[in-house]
Amino acid sequence: MKLITAVIKPFKLDEVREALSEVGVKGITVTEVKGFGRQKGHTELYRGAEYVVDFLPKVKIEVGVDDAQLDGAIDAINKAAKTGKIGDGKIFVTTLEQAIRIRTGESGSDAL
Amino acid sequence: MENHIYELQYAIDTFYFLVCGALVMWMAAGFSMLEAGLVRAKNTTEILTKNVALFAVSCIMYLVCGYAIMYGGEIFLSGIGQVDADAVLGEFAEREDGFRGGSIYAGASDFFFQVVFVATAMSIVSGAVAERMKLWSFLLFAVVMTGFIYPMEGAWTWGGNAVFGMYTLGDLGFSDFAGSGIVHMAGAAAALAGVLLLGPRKGKYSADGKVQPIPGANLPLATLGTFILWMGWFGFNGGSVLKLGDISNSASVAMVFLNTNTAAAGGLVAALATARLLFGKADLTMALNGALAGLVVITAEPSTPTALTATLFGVAGGILVVFSILLLDKLKIDDPVGAISVHGTCGLLGLLVVPLTNSGSTFSGQLIGAATIFVWVFGASLIVWGILKAIMGIRVTEEEEYEGVDIAECGLEAYPEFTNS
Repeated sequence: MKLITAVIKPFKLDEVREALSEVGVKGITVTEVKGFGRQKGHTELYRGAEYVVDFLPKVKIEVGVDDAQLDGAIDAINKAAKTGKIGDGKIFVTTLEQAIRIRTGESGSDAL
Repeated sequence: MENHIYELQYAIDTFYFLVCGALVMWMAAGFSMLEAGLVRAKNTTEILTKNVALFAVSCIMYLVCGYAIMYGGEIFLSGIGQVDADAVLGEFAEREDGFRGGSIYAGASDFFFQVVFVATAMSIVSGAVAERMKLWSFLLFAVVMTGFIYPMEGAWTWGGNAVFGMYTLGDLGFSDFAGSGIVHMAGAAAALAGVLLLGPRKGKYSADGKVQPIPGANLPLATLGTFILWMGWFGFNGGSVLKLGDISNSASVAMVFLNTNTAAAGGLVAALATARLLFGKADLTMALNGALAGLVVITAEPSTPTALTATLFGVAGGILVVFSILLLDKLKIDDPVGAISVHGTCGLLGLLVVPLTNSGSTFSGQLIGAATIFVWVFGASLIVWGILKAIMGIRVTEEEEYEGVDIAECGLEAYPEFTNS
């Protein structure tokens, strides 16, 4: 099992959710986050003076997937979140040791 | 029959005065909203407290002694409510130009109209010193400003008295219809003196001299405040015609409304365009300041310019205010709402353009009048602020400023569910 953590542009969230549903992902966790990457921040203007906003708002989604689903899910996020412009975000994949569904006590891939 | 007509004229002119006074009173709401919008959320309760309290203090102090200093009469307004109807009708009969002669109205309505102007002048100060001044030092200053400093210069101008017995501004060709100088520049002069002694907000200017913007918390409120001021200004300038009850005066009132409105429009468009050209963006707060700048400029003489001239006066104010705000920031004079630029710089411009359309005034008279008002109000304010600073301090501590003066001064946050420190 793998945990996919993707940081994407907030306005792409709906498209990513739909794309993941299509490849059979049953659930995702979404968090509003702030951060910076190579895009750095951006500048804003108030009464003629510019100032830098260091951390930009992004959405972080976390998806637990079976190994067989991994490539499809990554591909789905990649396609749906891509604008081709700076600041599209990143996808991280980590090994997931265990997953448990609290209601039924199922574990492993069955719990995803 | 003639007496009945006179009674009606008295009634309509008194009524007009009262309605205009109520409109100007509403400007206090405009200033409150504008200032609440342009400060940070953590300083909202305090700026609102300042605005309501300064209005009340102004009304009481002008009643106690301000009106007596400015226009003569008794302190505490004693006797102002007594009207002898027959004597008033006698005054009407003696007027040289009859029905079209000078306006005669209730003394109490005159006080009501004048008192809201004092509050306007004081409101200008609160925005400039926002986010860092101690509440009670500010209110003590308000007592002196509205009970003494403003009434003194008011006595020299609208009151017709000689300046310390030396010269009379009216004889020199000074004319300020509704108070570009007497109200607005005076308020800005007091604000400037306070800001110079107070210093900029922490973090506004970096060590290398760059401006660090401190964005206002609520631009919808700032916009609403500007519209309220714009509306109140019809009373401010329109009421200053002093009479409605004959053809030429009511036509003059109509022209004043028209010019006041168009100057604000010109100021807004000019400031918006200037900001767009200078910064590449349509800066809302500059546009709002532009509308107010146009209003301040036209206030010195809204009755004689043509509609086109009034618009151009507003445009000049709208352009000037943007550069004035940038200049003050270069000089590290921190004015969170732009009050000194809007009311001071543009108030001066308003005085100086009066002779272009009003042949009864002179440039020299306008300059001497502006200098007299500025030197007196700035100097007297500097002394009062200085005394307050020495006795009780005028600035909150650095820690209180960081946490917000809402908690430090009022113990209450404006948006307790949204800000948590």
